[in-house]
Amino acid sequence: MTRILVPGGALGLGYDRAALARGVEAAPDIIAIDGGSTDSGPAYLGGGRSKYSRASTAAEWAELLAARERAQCPLVIGTAGTCGTDGMVDQLFDITCEILGQRGQGARIARLYCSQSAQRVSKAFAEDRLLALSPAIEIDEESIAACEHIVALAGVEQVGAALAGGADIVIAGRTTDTAVIAALPLMRGDSPGACWHAAKIAECGALCSTRPGSGVVMVEIDDSGFTVRPMAADTRCTVRTVFAHMLYENADPWRLVEPGGILDVSAAEYRAISEGAVRVQGAIWRPTSPYTVKLEGARIVGFQTIVLVIVRDPRYVEGIDRWCASILEKHRQEVLARTDASIEDFDVQLRRVGLDAALGDIEIGSDAKDTTSPRPRPCEIGVMAIVTAATQDLATDIARMLNPLLLHHPLNRKEEMPTFSFPFSPAEIERGTAFEFVFNHAMALDDPMEAFRLEMDDVDAR
Amino acid sequence: MSTLGEVAYVRSKNAGPFWITVDIFSQDAKDHALLCRRLRTEAVARVMRLSPEEIRRFEIDGLHVIKFSFRRPQVQGAIDDRDMHGAACACRLAEIPLD
Repeated sequence: MTRILVPGGALGLGYDRAALARGVEAAPDIIAIDGGSTDSGPAYLGGGRSKYSRASTAAEWAELLAARERAQCPLVIGTAGTCGTDGMVDQLFDITCEILGQRGQGARIARLYCSQSAQRVSKAFAEDRLLALSPAIEIDEESIAACEHIVALAGVEQVGAALAGGADIVIAGRTTDTAVIAALPLMRGDSPGACWHAAKIAECGALCSTRPGSGVVMVEIDDSGFTVRPMAADTRCTVRTVFAHMLYENADPWRLVEPGGILDVSAAEYRAISEGAVRVQGAIWRPTSPYTVKLEGARIVGFQTIVLVIVRDPRYVEGIDRWCASILEKHRQEVLARTDASIEDFDVQLRRVGLDAALGDIEIGSDAKDTTSPRPRPCEIGVMAIVTAATQDLATDIARMLNPLLLHHPLNRKEEMPTFSFPFSPAEIERGTAFEFVFNHAMALDDPMEAFRLEMDDVDAR
Repeated sequence: MSTLGEVAYVRSKNAGPFWITVDIFSQDAKDHALLCRRLRTEAVARVMRLSPEEIRRFEIDGLHVIKFSFRRPQVQGAIDDRDMHGAACACRLAEIPLD
């Protein structure tokens, strides 16, 4: 049997401290937490940066290092720094050494690097070792070379190699959410189906319980199944909360594709046992060949500058479609006439906040033929102009050309000049680099370690 | 005539950068069985401007849930993407009228 303490859904997200203390007292074999995912979009991988503050990350990591010291078991983090690039692994390694140094503590620290060079990925592409996943995304030599960062998602083999090396602390780059939880019990021979299923259920911490914000859960995995229990007071895992977590962020509720195989939970059974704990049995692990790891990459699409204006005049709220279309047309002509930019060099969008900014043409009432559901009119609309161009200077200059139109453009040429509401001076806001995802591919490997690098360091106690 | 959101709880979320997944939770087995008959995949397809073949439908009877998964109209974070986590999709689908 292997006991895995999961303090929360991600480092930096917070958790119930009393629950963590209770978890430590229950003698876990390992403490495992995730540090990120692609959930927040391509900018984190593109920029090689974290979504959470360094201060929050360091504060929580210091608490987990102390918990590890008390529990005398390994601590492992996957996808360090949201995106799991080598730079983020090094940053967390530095934070770790700083904290251990202050406390005069020693530890064996493993760093698992998951960044991939464009060269390696290009070679795999040329050798037909990149397998397109659904939906298929077109890639070529050029798009691979254009990536700012590429990472491969490590699985249990790579995390297991770090643990097998005797690491007290494993700082892993990009890993699958489940790998950091499933690695140790698989090494110890627990049921593979149970290991992977438990890992999926516990990957977001207490999200599989009645009080998601409490963070901390314990999974106990053995050779026939697993038990999941929350560590916070007044919190329960129920059959429903546990089963429902298989649906979360998962396109297929019955199958989960991982490096080296597929988890099939279609025959799993969930049973409530004492103290708000749930026992789960029946998941099956189906190994697949060749061994593959998923790739993630992000490249720069341009630079953005945005302008927000608020339209309150009821006549303009009513005529917003015509107003926006007329501004876009006039602006386009001005950009072409006054700059060297051609039509494919820039993109300008006007998003109408309060009307259809989140959904666009699938918003209610967008279909002119559908008269059954008219679009309700708000009392004001925020018009957010988004300009994307090849350089920040060009994006900002194009955005400044929008300024007089957004401030004064009249619906009818003969009316007195109207004025709309800018919340800021200057009106334009530079957003910096805009990124996009590049791959939806897996890379076939002969040896699971061939695309990854493991570094071991012994930090001495003082 | 009632809407989907009046008879069930609807949530939507990104499932990786290329997919949106929608979970529709009914109160109990009876409501779920009824909803499985009343909510046609075609109605979801019409709202999302997809063909029904592009939508995967799962009926998870043990949880009283109907799940739909489909390709995002825009890849997450692309310059024409409007909703990073696909959150608003659920609100729109909740407005689907049921027969």
